[in-house]
Amino acid sequence: MNLNKIFKNSLLIILACFALSACAKKVSTGQLQGDVYTGTDTVEYLASGVPDRVFFATNESVLTTKSRETLRKQAAWLRKNSKINIVVEGHADERGTREYNLALGERRANAAKDYLMTYGISADRISVISYGKERPVDSGSNPLSWSKNRRSVTVKAN
Amino acid sequence: MFLRYLIIFVFLLPINSFALIEVDITRGNLNPLPIAVSPLFSDKETKSNLKKTNEKEDIGSEISFVIENNLKKSGLFNPLNKDSFLQKPDIAHLKPRFEDWALIKAQALITGKVTLIDDKLRVEFRLWDVLAAKEMMALAFTTVPSNWRRVGHIITDKIYERLTGEKGYFDTRIIYVSEEGPKTKRIKKLAIMDQDGFNTKYLTLGNELVLTPRFNPTNQMVTYLSYFRNLPRVYLLDIETGIQEVVGDFPGMTFAPRFSPDGKKIIMSFAKDGNSDIYTMDLENRIVERITNHPSIDTSPSYSPDGKYICFNSDRSGYQQIYIMKSDGSNVKRISFGKGLYGTPVWSPRGDLIAFTKLHKGKFYIGVMRTNGKGERLLTENFYQEAPSWSPNGRVLIFYRETKTDEKGEGFSAKLWSIDLTGYNERLVDTETDASDPSWSSLLSN
Repeated sequence: MNLNKIFKNSLLIILACFALSACAKKVSTGQLQGDVYTGTDTVEYLASGVPDRVFFATNESVLTTKSRETLRKQAAWLRKNSKINIVVEGHADERGTREYNLALGERRANAAKDYLMTYGISADRISVISYGKERPVDSGSNPLSWSKNRRSVTVKAN
Repeated sequence: MFLRYLIIFVFLLPINSFALIEVDITRGNLNPLPIAVSPLFSDKETKSNLKKTNEKEDIGSEISFVIENNLKKSGLFNPLNKDSFLQKPDIAHLKPRFEDWALIKAQALITGKVTLIDDKLRVEFRLWDVLAAKEMMALAFTTVPSNWRRVGHIITDKIYERLTGEKGYFDTRIIYVSEEGPKTKRIKKLAIMDQDGFNTKYLTLGNELVLTPRFNPTNQMVTYLSYFRNLPRVYLLDIETGIQEVVGDFPGMTFAPRFSPDGKKIIMSFAKDGNSDIYTMDLENRIVERITNHPSIDTSPSYSPDGKYICFNSDRSGYQQIYIMKSDGSNVKRISFGKGLYGTPVWSPRGDLIAFTKLHKGKFYIGVMRTNGKGERLLTENFYQEAPSWSPNGRVLIFYRETKTDEKGEGFSAKLWSIDLTGYNERLVDTETDASDPSWSSLLSN
């Protein structure tokens, strides 16, 4: 009797856990560290295992540890594929004035460019363009969406 | 195009100078002046002739609607319902029976007459002080019939000026960016329209991204940012001829352009190696001058109306703030010290105020401060709004507002709004499409 009750209760608890974890999973599509996006939802790939973009904190153009890791992978791939030139696009989220965001996007793109250069990629192979907040990848108006939009994206130019 | 708009002043009747009505525009006006706009009268012959010119038959009535709509939107006037008018338009125009107008509580009355003479439209109007039983003003204009909306705007300017003591802002246009499509793939075109949302024309096709158009002082040229061939550069567009050219020969992105008050220079930002500084280019001799030289972002420059100073946006303190400097780049001084971030400073045409966008605790504000940074006043708060532009008389600001999207990321829109300097009379500005980055022209006439 008692055992049965315990069994029933624990079953309920287990079910509740399942429900919760399912819920939790649904809410957090993608992860944030501070306010920098660290998930892979929106990330596309330059080549196998080489993500095309890195993410920034609000109003920042500092490269995070994860960003530098991604850019080192890009640099390694670019060294192997020396005929490929790239454009680094800089983007901002919608929570800033248009003109300032254009400048901020340019600053972010250059932060990525500079890092690629320190890993041996010639400046001749890299051009930059800022889109400010004009080309978001996520149309949401929430911190997670904004974190996905604060990015620089490395695109093949040829 | 502008020649077509030329209007000839035919006669100017002497104006009595002992008018009693005055409208105070320095405070939020909670008691707008009751005003009766009688339809402008036209006789049968004029009506049938106008019909032949492909214009509206009763242009007089249409003009009175333009005037009424302008006056109402100014927030300073309360145009009375025409159904309550007791006197016929033609008789009222000759000599109003003031008791009839006083009875419906009108304090001011506008009457007028429209005739067609040799295919030219002649519009006359009178402004009357009902309580004093006096004529305050009488004017006539001759123009081509297709110009009738503009006549309505010019008449509104005259009435506004007579009753408030300040120049109006109705015979003006707005240049802006028309927006369509999903938020992640917006299509943007330059568009121009009359201040009241009519006569919209699109100046670009939407093939490339365009941003931040601004008029020159004579309203014939526009400077803006275009991503033509994926090279974001400042362009100059002649509205009449449609001819466009890149401004200067910069090896990187140029953006945030505006004209100097004399129209001879364009001031803008140039971004190089991650750093944006402010430059000017003289449009006659093409000489480029560097105005700021600082490793921070310097952008959104705007001249004082006398051309001696520049206000701009910089993050040299760590975050976006507003600074002013002399027009040669010397004497840089930060003027914004309130809580939050400040952007998009624009010097008022009167010279005494700077309008700005402020971001504080996740909300965006449009506000004004004096040129020394004192006396900050926030006029409106919203989820997202920015980029104020002044009416030519410095009494109204137009800006754009974007909506928050829902959980699915849908429901995005961008619209133009206007608000009085007093913080009252906030209004949605009619546009055919979604719209952003508005810039207000100066007065087209006088």
